[in-house]
Amino acid sequence: MLIDLKKITKDYHVGTQTVHALREINLGIDSGEYVAIMGPSGSGKSTLMNILGCLDTATEGIYNLNKSNVSELNDDQLAEIRNREIGFVFQTFNLLPRATALHNVELPLIYKGVSAADRKKRAEAALDKVGLSDRMTHRPNELSGGQRQRVAIARALVNDPSIILADEPTGNLDTRTGDEIMEMFEALHDEGNTIIMVTHEEYIAEHSDRIIRLRDGLIERDEAA
Amino acid sequence: MRSWIEIVEGVKIALGAIRTNKLRSFLTLLGIIMGVSTVIGISSLTQGLDKTVGEELSTLGSDILYVAKFPWTERIDFEEYRNRKDITMREVEALKERATLAVGVSPSVDATRTVKYRNKSLENVSISGTDEVKTGNVYPVLGRDLTAADCEHRRSVCVIGWDVAENLFEDKDPIGQRIKISGHTFRVIGVLEKQGDLFGMNQDQSLKIPIGVFFKLFGHRRSITIQIKVADPLVLEEAKDEIRGILRQVRKVKPGEPDNFGINQMDMIMNLYRSLTGGLYAAAIGVGAISLLVGGIGIMNIMLVSVTERTKEIGIRKAIGAKRRNLLWQFLIEAVTISVVGGIIGVIIGFGLGKLVAAISPLPATVTLWSVLLGLGFSSSVGIFFGIYPASKAAKLDPIQALHYE
Ligand SMILES: Nc1ncnc2c1ncn2[C@@H]1O[C@H](COP(=O)(O)OP(=O)(O)O)[C@@H](O)[C@H]1O
Ligand SMILES: [Mg+2]
Repeated sequence: MLIDLKKITKDYHVGTQTVHALREINLGIDSGEYVAIMGPSGSGKSTLMNILGCLDTATEGIYNLNKSNVSELNDDQLAEIRNREIGFVFQTFNLLPRATALHNVELPLIYKGVSAADRKKRAEAALDKVGLSDRMTHRPNELSGGQRQRVAIARALVNDPSIILADEPTGNLDTRTGDEIMEMFEALHDEGNTIIMVTHEEYIAEHSDRIIRLRDGLIERDEAA
Repeated sequence: MRSWIEIVEGVKIALGAIRTNKLRSFLTLLGIIMGVSTVIGISSLTQGLDKTVGEELSTLGSDILYVAKFPWTERIDFEEYRNRKDITMREVEALKERATLAVGVSPSVDATRTVKYRNKSLENVSISGTDEVKTGNVYPVLGRDLTAADCEHRRSVCVIGWDVAENLFEDKDPIGQRIKISGHTFRVIGVLEKQGDLFGMNQDQSLKIPIGVFFKLFGHRRSITIQIKVADPLVLEEAKDEIRGILRQVRKVKPGEPDNFGINQMDMIMNLYRSLTGGLYAAAIGVGAISLLVGGIGIMNIMLVSVTERTKEIGIRKAIGAKRRNLLWQFLIEAVTISVVGGIIGVIIGFGLGKLVAAISPLPATVTLWSVLLGLGFSSSVGIFFGIYPASKAAKLDPIQALHYE
């Protein structure tokens, strides 16, 4: 199993109150799966994605990623795991505004310590893969929304991660562009990538193999799409 | 390899940030620029001055003592100044007779007069009355020096300085020509080699005559300076003690009373000079330090703004694998790059100021690698010192909160 969550709990303390964002979640995801996470606002989707993506750690419970326990790593160890194992695609793209598409895609490789020549080659290949070989030197504000999201996908892919995590990747796009992006995820899935995606839209979730529905920090349903 | 990539990246980011915020960066850098340019400007001037003063003083020799009515570097009250006895030929005779550690004792008295040759005249020539004993190291290039016979028989002869020869005689051979000083006629017997300036005073617009003739012409009522060449610089202190003893006896100073004369040496001027430029240095360092402090606070401020402005960027970098160390470096390199840019501008302006002052005044300016390194070293230390807090703030940001910062 690629991902194995055992009794994952996440509490937030706001003033004197405690918010239980996740309550003893058990979840297993295999390599190569395409999973959609759904649920009403405030149900804990983002919290779960943050934990899966090693941006945050659970209050209690055990998270095994690739058979190693990542529940109690420190900040820098988590950063290294994110760099190696996780590719993020965000709703708001989250590209560096002043950097070119190529530089944005190179960034994870910089933190991995890849040499300049190698970095360039790999970033160019990733941009080529998302169909942006003619936009390498453009900055985000010179690209359309769909193109920006494709740069973000190239950045997520460039380090060959174990998991691609996407939090509402089509939320800021029109329907047609959104469909193009969904086709791209499908192609990535067909190549054997593991994809976990948060979405509000049933028709988007339909693209996946498996839908996990959250409510009040609990898994309400977990079924094949 | 890894850290090299980071440094190159950091410098690029910093230069990009300076370029996109030109005015803001310039204002931030003002303190550093002022601090570094002050230190560089003043140090290039004082070093230039040190060099020339050192060279000038070394030509005078450290083995010569100057006995005068007053010490050069001491303060004397006016009453004392008026009542003190002049140094006369009696003291010269006594020293010539009894100072065993002296190899040369020579009196000199000075006056400034106009010198005439036919229809030409030269004003403000320093006339010195002296004898044949040599204590300095200036020699005639033409003719001969004063001799014992010249002095003994009070001959009306003179040895003229280089500029006097040039001004009055041009291409003509001065030897044997007759010049007039205060209506008295002198025969030129020699021309001294060119000496150049000392403390901004021309040493070549001068001439020497026998001291006896000087007294006859200009009167006795003036104090003599006695130049004493010591046998060996190593016995300078003993020589001073001996001279002091002789002079106290001749000038009838009672035991327990202070000397009523001064035994001077060039070191005293050197020390005086050092204490003056030392003060200048201290002032420059003071101004520089305050400016650098102000500059450093500016750097800290702009870096805090930069960290806040780029919170989201920090979140993105962390999400894709940047460690604390990476962000610490990134912002530290940015702070250092900004302050070193300020340092470089400061070095250039400082040298410009030094050269400017050198061009419009007689002060020389010297550019040393040492002061360049000092300027750059200071500015980068300021960058590190004041950049560390903003950088560590960036490094410690929580990735999720940073990502959601708008
Ligand atoms: N940083 C936080 N501090 C306090 N409460 C939080 C924080 N993040 C999330 N929560 C709370 O945790 C619950 C789950 O939030 P979230 O995971 O963002 O839900 P979703 O993404 O499904 O809308 C919500 O009640 C939310 O208010
Ligand atoms: Mg959410």
